Amino acid sequence: MFTLGKQFTRRAAVAVLSASLVAGALAGCGNSDTGGEPADDGKITLGFSQVGAESGWRTANTNSIKEAAAAAGIELKFDDAQQKQENQIKAIRNYILQKVDVIAFSPVVESGWDNVLKEAKDAGIPVILTDRSVDSADKSLYKTFIGSDFVKEGRLSGEWLVNEMKSATGPVNIVELQGTTGSAPANDRKKGFAEAIAANPNLKIIASQTGDFTRAGGKAVMEQFIKANPKIDVLFAHNDDMGLGALEAITAAGKVPGKDIKIITIDAVKDGMQALADGKFNFIAECSPLLGPQLMDLVKKVKAGETIPQRIETEETTFTPEQAKAALPNRKY
Amino acid sequence: MSEVRTRLAAASGQRLFWPLVVLVVLIAANTAYRPSFVSIEVKDGHLYGSLVDIVRLSAPLILVALGMTLVIATGGIDLSVGSVCAIAGSMACLHISQAADQNSLSTLFTALGLALGLALVAGAWNGLLVSVIGIQPIIATLILMVAGRGLAQLITEGQIITINSDPYRVIGAGYWLTLPVAILIAIAVTLLIAVLTRRTALGLIIEAVGGNAEASRLAGIRARRITFLVYVIAGICAAVAGFMITADVSSAAGSTAGLWIELDAILAVVIGGTSLAGGRFSLSGTLIGALIIQTLTTTVYAMNISPQTSLLFKAVVVIVVCLIQAPAFRARFARRRPPATPTVAAAPQKEQVPA
Repeated sequence: MFTLGKQFTRRAAVAVLSASLVAGALAGCGNSDTGGEPADDGKITLGFSQVGAESGWRTANTNSIKEAAAAAGIELKFDDAQQKQENQIKAIRNYILQKVDVIAFSPVVESGWDNVLKEAKDAGIPVILTDRSVDSADKSLYKTFIGSDFVKEGRLSGEWLVNEMKSATGPVNIVELQGTTGSAPANDRKKGFAEAIAANPNLKIIASQTGDFTRAGGKAVMEQFIKANPKIDVLFAHNDDMGLGALEAITAAGKVPGKDIKIITIDAVKDGMQALADGKFNFIAECSPLLGPQLMDLVKKVKAGETIPQRIETEETTFTPEQAKAALPNRKY
Repeated sequence: MSEVRTRLAAASGQRLFWPLVVLVVLIAANTAYRPSFVSIEVKDGHLYGSLVDIVRLSAPLILVALGMTLVIATGGIDLSVGSVCAIAGSMACLHISQAADQNSLSTLFTALGLALGLALVAGAWNGLLVSVIGIQPIIATLILMVAGRGLAQLITEGQIITINSDPYRVIGAGYWLTLPVAILIAIAVTLLIAVLTRRTALGLIIEAVGGNAEASRLAGIRARRITFLVYVIAGICAAVAGFMITADVSSAAGSTAGLWIELDAILAVVIGGTSLAGGRFSLSGTLIGALIIQTLTTTVYAMNISPQTSLLFKAVVVIVVCLIQAPAFRARFARRRPPATPTVAAAPQKEQVPA
């Protein structure tokens, strides 16, 4: 296919080089303001490394942190790791070199943080984890982990269903759309939900599949669920998007979502809230990305040397259709 | 009896025999599990059933795999098709979402035109890198695979764009004469490519380039131009697939639309019997390959195989398909039986060239 020999290797070398240049340039885009001297005007400096911008949820999370920092008068150095752990480690090392007051980050993955966290600890810079945790055995490596409790979200969904179905005499058939197989939110939400519905033996999960947290996945799985199971009473989806995809499948099968099949989801993004307000969904347990203000409070406390709990939950709520109608006009994401 | 055996043996020598058997076995297994799997009823004036779902959902994969078949036939590979799906789908949805009247046809065609234009540029970029600059295809298209995903997210601004356009929805979820529009588009594109490659010399030329680019150039074929062309075709096929994927759920997610479809497409091509080394290609084989992959996915949902084991299940089926297609494996397997037929010996004959 190609001329082999010297020219071939040179071409390959050029190709690899240009590919890595492009990749480097791309990575460079995210590193907006990691340079500069530490500000020593008594203002608190926070170095924050974000996972990326993979979803509307994440974008809202980023905006919340930026806005809250500005409102709290905290100088924010923000870095987007574009889903790569090496970018995140690089950013954290940069923050250590710049001697920021506090470092916060949403770990891309759970493992492999011990070294860089030790470096931060040795430099005397406190670290706060947001949204996702790390699996380090040494809990002294970070001050606290602030984020949602996925098990609780699943449990709240299950508890609502138990209450809703308390007068049901026959069996209630539930189908479940799981998130990405093996991901923490999928595992924990499944667990929490199963624990809660165990209270009523009539409630049974008859089918459970992964929809990969996407609308397309939710739709494709729900289409087969409906065909394979003539009687489905409840759909529990691990996020709004899969629920929205499933809506299409339910409608296409000639059933009325929200009535023939009750729908419970988690997240409460704008499109999901709209579906809830329209009566197509029945219940949403919130998973809020708006942890900016809480994070800034923690940063101030850590800087002042106050002791804070190892685990802090994001302030979250649940929504019924009426509550969704009221909340929808102010929904940011 | 012996006649039946000879005929069966002759059929099993055909390239598409075994993939077809696997497809039939998969559908039969589903039917045994749940007899209504094969039932097709008419609901709201269109066909409704699991088989219809399989055909409809396989349409995007068929398109991407067709483009991939041509690229692979030239000895190349295109890893960027998934990203091009996302770029085209996002671009179309973005334009529609900004329009005053989302249901107007002029908005639809402008959106499709814009997105196809972008896909054309993407395909031309790949073609340029591979044919003119001479970068290895796997690396050249890797650039756009990575960067394109970012571009798609730039278009959607990291959000999921939800649209409310009935005409756009038709592309992915609509029906015409009771049949899913998506599969009609896929059939039309398949026929178009089949006519272009099998009724003109184009197919032969592509195979010649894939067999030996330098030799075909010396024989008077503009090898570079052909290589360039197949990447552009792959880009356009991917864009149409992107329309179907986003239209199916009336929304575009830059980060997930068409994610990993390039791998499924390569698998479909390989299952269909096209060699990754380039040269010969089989469009009907690719078609069957794509249907097998979609049937596998639907089987997992329909039989409710747990997500933890579903990947293993898929892998086992794919390995079986690839093994029974391999002449070497079949030869070993056949040797244990009485040598009733010359089937196995016939397989390598295609390599023989009259002196």
